[in-house]
Amino acid sequence: MSASTPTPEAQAPADATAALPADLQDERLIASQGIGGFLRVFLSRLRSGDLGSLPVVVGLIVIWGAFQMQNSAFLSSRNLVNLTQQSAATGTIALGIVLVLLLGEIDLSVGSISGLSAAILAVGFVGHGWSLPLAILAAIASGAVIGAVYGLLYTRFGVPSFVITLAGLLGFLGLQLKVLGQEGSINIPFDSGLVKFAQASFLSDAAAYVVVVAAVAVYAATRLRSNQRRAAAGLSTTPVVTLAVRAVALLLLLAIPVYILNRDRGVSYMFLLFVALVVVFDFVIRRTRWGRSVLAIGGNVEAARRAGINVRAVYVSVFVFCSSLAALGGLLAAGRLAAANQSSGGGDVNLNAIAAAVIGGTSLFGGRGTAYSALLGILVIQSISNGLSLVNLGSPERYMITGGVLLLAVIIDSLSRRSRASHGRA
Amino acid sequence: MTATLSPATTAVLSLSGVSKRFGAVQALKDIDFDVHAGEVVALVGDNGAGKSTLVKTIAGVYTPDEGAMTFDGLPASVSSPAEAQELGIATVFQDLALCDNLDVVANLFLGRELYTGRALDEVTMEQESWRLLRQLSAKIPSVRIPVASLSGGQRQTVAIARSLLGAPKVVMLDEPTAALGVAQTAEVLNLVERLRENGLGVILISHNMSDVMAVADRVNVLRLGRNNGVFNVSQTSSQEIIAAITGATTNAVSQRAARRESQEEQS
Ligand SMILES: Nc1ncnc2c1ncn2[C@@H]1O[C@H](COP(=O)(O)OP(=O)(O)OP(=O)(O)O)[C@@H](O)[C@H]1O
Ligand SMILES: [Mg+2]
Repeated sequence: MSASTPTPEAQAPADATAALPADLQDERLIASQGIGGFLRVFLSRLRSGDLGSLPVVVGLIVIWGAFQMQNSAFLSSRNLVNLTQQSAATGTIALGIVLVLLLGEIDLSVGSISGLSAAILAVGFVGHGWSLPLAILAAIASGAVIGAVYGLLYTRFGVPSFVITLAGLLGFLGLQLKVLGQEGSINIPFDSGLVKFAQASFLSDAAAYVVVVAAVAVYAATRLRSNQRRAAAGLSTTPVVTLAVRAVALLLLLAIPVYILNRDRGVSYMFLLFVALVVVFDFVIRRTRWGRSVLAIGGNVEAARRAGINVRAVYVSVFVFCSSLAALGGLLAAGRLAAANQSSGGGDVNLNAIAAAVIGGTSLFGGRGTAYSALLGILVIQSISNGLSLVNLGSPERYMITGGVLLLAVIIDSLSRRSRASHGRA
Repeated sequence: MTATLSPATTAVLSLSGVSKRFGAVQALKDIDFDVHAGEVVALVGDNGAGKSTLVKTIAGVYTPDEGAMTFDGLPASVSSPAEAQELGIATVFQDLALCDNLDVVANLFLGRELYTGRALDEVTMEQESWRLLRQLSAKIPSVRIPVASLSGGQRQTVAIARSLLGAPKVVMLDEPTAALGVAQTAEVLNLVERLRENGLGVILISHNMSDVMAVADRVNVLRLGRNNGVFNVSQTSSQEIIAAITGATTNAVSQRAARRESQEEQS
């Protein structure tokens, strides 16, 4: 507990204000120290509609509980490893969707782009004998080029993004079929790096725990350092106890799933890649100028422009990231399937990716959301699909239930937006 | 900073013959306008006179159809808000132009965030935010809440504080006190005077004649998108200015010419 941490009583005498951190001097601020204060702040945020990830976390727990009651194999290590494997590809695509949603835009063509990317990889790698890195690079670069074209069409002609990308959905599906050629399906050899990576590469138990400990250590170190800097700057600090509680919570949150996964095959490279991308993009969104620009544009484009932000460049870069991530997701899916075919990226890939971002809590209205919504959202969707197949229900139920969950997520988004507006947290 | 109380000989910002059309509407026609360092110029006119359009043209939000601008004695052309900011023109827009979803710190530093290493320097930005807001005697409880949750006056204060970042040379305030109460208005007028003392050129738009008469050195009247006279506050009355705003003066041209002369003698 540092000396600069104020206690609520310290606010009573008027001359105590000078001793308070600069950000806690306003007497109207409701003191929020300790566990009780934390809960109060949390509850008042919920009431005002600032729900964050809470609905999706609750939803995930409900879904897991329900399936576990139906079939005790659902939460088995084996099935959870399957779940992580099923989530990575579409989750990576959903991460790109989160970015465009933050801008208040949409990309409906991510499925087609992922299919096209898979086709390019298969034709280049298997058909033309390119090296794997070259084929991967070509596939992702084609995604980037598509994104750049979207961005230019959007910024130069002002065409709504859903129309541009709807055209892209059709156009790139066609291109995918063209690239695949006559037979329409290309197998990727099982001994190729991509398939091995996507199907059979798992962290050793020890390595997985090392990653967990490293993540917690980095978290604790950054928070402590931020505390130091805040104290030096005369700002309020988080009590060390609170930090310790959070670090332990994070440790459990990571170590328990890792333990469960380790009882089966473990943490797959592919899932680790997806989670790493989520963490990196979370950092980029929250802690860089580019991410701040994305949020600003999603909140108020004109204000962002007047603040001197190069709005066009940000739009183009976001579309490029989205399409590139879609292409990468397509590669992961192709690796898992060990093939690229006409239905790669088809079916429900597109809608699942978009639904995942929204279910995870990224607002359709722009300016609100986190990279973690891709992770949470895809876990919800894949849990539904995985659980239903465990209880011997198939596509009909899966589509209907996923549709219902998506609708619920959008309703929560709209309601919390309205509530935020009336509680001044727009 | 050296305080220059009397206008320097060359204007820090000067426009000549600026015109702007919106479709069939001639929003600005042949506008001449200048502001010196250490001078407060009020820009007044009826609703729709073109004041905000002029401010946005200077700020790079709109590009003028005709006309030239000089900044610090050099010809300048601004085609984007970023370029205007680089020149040293800071603007508080009539609609404030804040991002409701971002917190006060993020809004203040939007477009010129501070870095430490590879990440945004939230600590220094927060510290600076408090310094700026205190300097404006702002009554904002927390800088870590979205600006949507601030009152109208607090939002306006944030917008004004924004314009003070990065050492501007000219500050344009488009109806900064429109939504403010008595005390808050007084604070903003104090700020305007502080800016003048610090040698900045200030362009102040207001419909409130007593505020204008209280802080401005000169008053530039726009009427239906055209110049309708420049008045020296020390040598005019609000009646005269109101007459120019509404167009009720019988002999506007000769009076304007007379006042221009007297103003040139002054400067
Ligand atoms: N973006 C725009 N598109 C079309 N017309 C516009 C636009 N902006 C302003 N105008 C027109 O230009 C004229 C001047 O508008 P402006 O906003 O500059 O007035 P103002 O002097 O700031 O008025 P107020 O005192 O009401 O703020 C008005 O007739 C308005 O309709
Ligand atoms: Mg106006």
